[in-house]
Amino acid sequence: MSSPVRIRDAVTERLPQRHRAEQRFQAYGLAAITLAVLFLAVLVGSIFTQSLSAFTAHRLTLPVTLERELVDPRADGSEASLRRGSYNIALQAALQAQFPTVVGLGERRELFGLYSAINASRLLNDVVENPDLVGQTIEFEFPISDDADRYLKGASVSERVTEMNAPLSFSFGDGVARLEAAEPVFAPVSDRLRQAMAESANRDEVAAAAARAAASQTIDADERQILEAEAQRAEARSLRLRERARPGAALQLGPREPSLLVRAGDTVVRLSSIEPGGRAATGEVLLYTEATAQTVASWALWEIETPAATRLVTDRQMVFVRLLEERGLVRNAFNTLLFTNADSREPELAGVRGAFVGTVLTMIITIILAIPVGVGAAIYLEEFAPKNRITSFIEVNINNLAAVPSIVFGLLGLAVFINAFGLPRSTPLLGGMVLALMTLPTVIISSRAALKAVPPSIREAALGVGASRTQAVFHHVLPLAMPGMLTGSIIGLAQALGETAPLLMIGMVAFVADAPSFGFTGFTDPSTVMPVQIFIWSTSAERAFEARTAAAILVLLVLMVLFNAVAIYLRRKYERRW
Amino acid sequence: MTANEKLQAGAAVRQDTLYHPVEASYTTKVATKDVSVRYGDKPALNSVSIEIPERAVTAFIGPSGSGKSTFLRSINRMNDTIDNARVSGSILIDGEEVNDRSVDPVILRARVGMVFQKPNPFPKTIYENVAYGPRIHGLAADKDQLDAIVESSLRKAGLWDEVADRLDQPGTSLSGGQQQRLVIARAIAVNPEVILMDEPCSALDPIATARIEELIDELRENYTLIIVTHSMAQAARVSQMTAFFHLGSLVEYGPTEEIFTNPRDQRTQDYITGRFG
Repeated sequence: MSSPVRIRDAVTERLPQRHRAEQRFQAYGLAAITLAVLFLAVLVGSIFTQSLSAFTAHRLTLPVTLERELVDPRADGSEASLRRGSYNIALQAALQAQFPTVVGLGERRELFGLYSAINASRLLNDVVENPDLVGQTIEFEFPISDDADRYLKGASVSERVTEMNAPLSFSFGDGVARLEAAEPVFAPVSDRLRQAMAESANRDEVAAAAARAAASQTIDADERQILEAEAQRAEARSLRLRERARPGAALQLGPREPSLLVRAGDTVVRLSSIEPGGRAATGEVLLYTEATAQTVASWALWEIETPAATRLVTDRQMVFVRLLEERGLVRNAFNTLLFTNADSREPELAGVRGAFVGTVLTMIITIILAIPVGVGAAIYLEEFAPKNRITSFIEVNINNLAAVPSIVFGLLGLAVFINAFGLPRSTPLLGGMVLALMTLPTVIISSRAALKAVPPSIREAALGVGASRTQAVFHHVLPLAMPGMLTGSIIGLAQALGETAPLLMIGMVAFVADAPSFGFTGFTDPSTVMPVQIFIWSTSAERAFEARTAAAILVLLVLMVLFNAVAIYLRRKYERRW
Repeated sequence: MTANEKLQAGAAVRQDTLYHPVEASYTTKVATKDVSVRYGDKPALNSVSIEIPERAVTAFIGPSGSGKSTFLRSINRMNDTIDNARVSGSILIDGEEVNDRSVDPVILRARVGMVFQKPNPFPKTIYENVAYGPRIHGLAADKDQLDAIVESSLRKAGLWDEVADRLDQPGTSLSGGQQQRLVIARAIAVNPEVILMDEPCSALDPIATARIEELIDELRENYTLIIVTHSMAQAARVSQMTAFFHLGSLVEYGPTEEIFTNPRDQRTQDYITGRFG
């Protein structure tokens, strides 16, 4: 045996190593937590910033005249008659009144593209609710189209307006105009555009050279062909650009170049060609107002850097929107429709209300079914059931069910609830039942664990004073197990709250344009739920749905946080020391 | 009282409770015949037959695993709660078969109270701890009666003076010795005939132990007490009858004085003199 001194030396020798190991371990833990917090912050931050633009929306407010012959075709003021009215024509007339000179079919189509025709049915509902409106002129507010909204938010188009103070004379022809000035007013902008074209041509040349080099390297005939074709295309493009950018010639502007608009008052001309020297240009008249003089002293050069071919709002629509904005008819406000509307094909009218109500109704069913059944099963299995083969078989199966992919529960719901029981598909009732099935194993397992964690001395104490087993369980064991049971149940329910896959099978991935009624009948109304709504929106083509997807995720997260807050509150309330 | 005074007081109690004379007038309260207990395949108790006197303290002593706790738990059928425990033989309380099908364990356990090794008050108030038994058995007609039961039980357990002003505080906030007395108060609140104590002092300090022993001696007036203990001195101090268990069998049973001064069996002799166990 070693002497005490030697033992102490040995311990001292190893001590720094042990301390280092401890510090290393703590550093790992700290790093892991920091990383997790960082990721969470990035996730929430990115969702939040993406969703911001969905929380506001631009809305048009127009005086709409509800002429009797238009909205009341039978002229009897009955609801049936009012429902056959041409409200969209009333809306179109209101918009047309803002731009009386817009008469061409194409121009009118562009103008009416600023709102979706579904708004007409909102007007109809207003009138049906209040038939006295017929014959009056009302201020009707409706959301502007998602593309115009994105433009107004500066999300899709970059533009620049330069005020010019040089006399400019207009001569109008058939839809075209010739603009002349004494000074080279268009020279700076045309030089800039030429330079951009030259740079683009350079890039194309580099790309062509790279493609040629790659083509000479490759031995695959097909690939060489593809690369050579690509090189040829790039070369042709570069040649074309160089030709157009030649300083001596007139600068031609097409839909692939930035749009150049000249605005004087309410007259707007889009330049299609700038003559050499930059003193004269010709262009298409986008909007004509007779009030504009032949020669103006000051005007604005409106440079839209995003080419018309790559944006969803046309030049003319941008002119309309800006003018409406200047007239104070466009207002950017909190997007209440996001919360009061159900889903819609038009992003500006789409809201989460349908999915939100659907989620609440579905969760009510899930809670009603999963919690009592799950907790009851756990209490029976843990406290009363004899320990034999049957109960251990059941136990093993419950544990297995917790690991079953959730889509299988959807299949089960489809086979049993829809096919065998004939329950209506796509309803909160059915979704809640399927999610309850999915949640049950989690609830049972966590409740059993909570019951197991109650010290047996409490049971013995209760039995020792003559309590029956039921009394011992319900008076003493259950209150102590309650916090644990709640936590487990909430985890299961939160999982159900965010579940999409099983609902796929039972038809809840559907476009539901009406929110289910928030009441007893709502349980059998077709509906969808928040995660499914997010899924649907995320696969939609319209760019405006991107922000709405993020907003819906945010709403779901808030719902989840609320859910957990309730759980923590209940847990704190029932938590007792023992 | 300082700690020292308390110790001296405890010593005084010990002095006059040592070696109670066994009175011939004792009547049998609990009588068992050939009681055997098995946990699954493992025999834990082998054919124990014993007669326990009324209004006296009977101590079970013996080394760990000798089956004394198992035997104690079979008297109020607490072994029912262990899944694979099998009890055979006959246990009679006042001539009534405990293991009979017609006997409800709930009624039995109201008659035979139990105090466990580790103090196990409910995580409720002191008042609720004591009131729980009377309440579930319906022993009190109204709140006043219940209050009276709680007070008298706490008084009998010698705890009233310490907790009278904080009945609404959790029972778990008391000290270990107080908790054990609270548990005893809880047991006597349902007015049992027999109180089983499974090593009631093993988790307590000497002062608290002295208080409990004093209490046991007082309770002897009204209740039949059976106590399992690892402390030979405690058995000698508090009990009138002592039973020595070894390897699942009852080796020797008799008046405490006799067991400790003149054991008949060599194993008893070896155990009480500390040669094994």
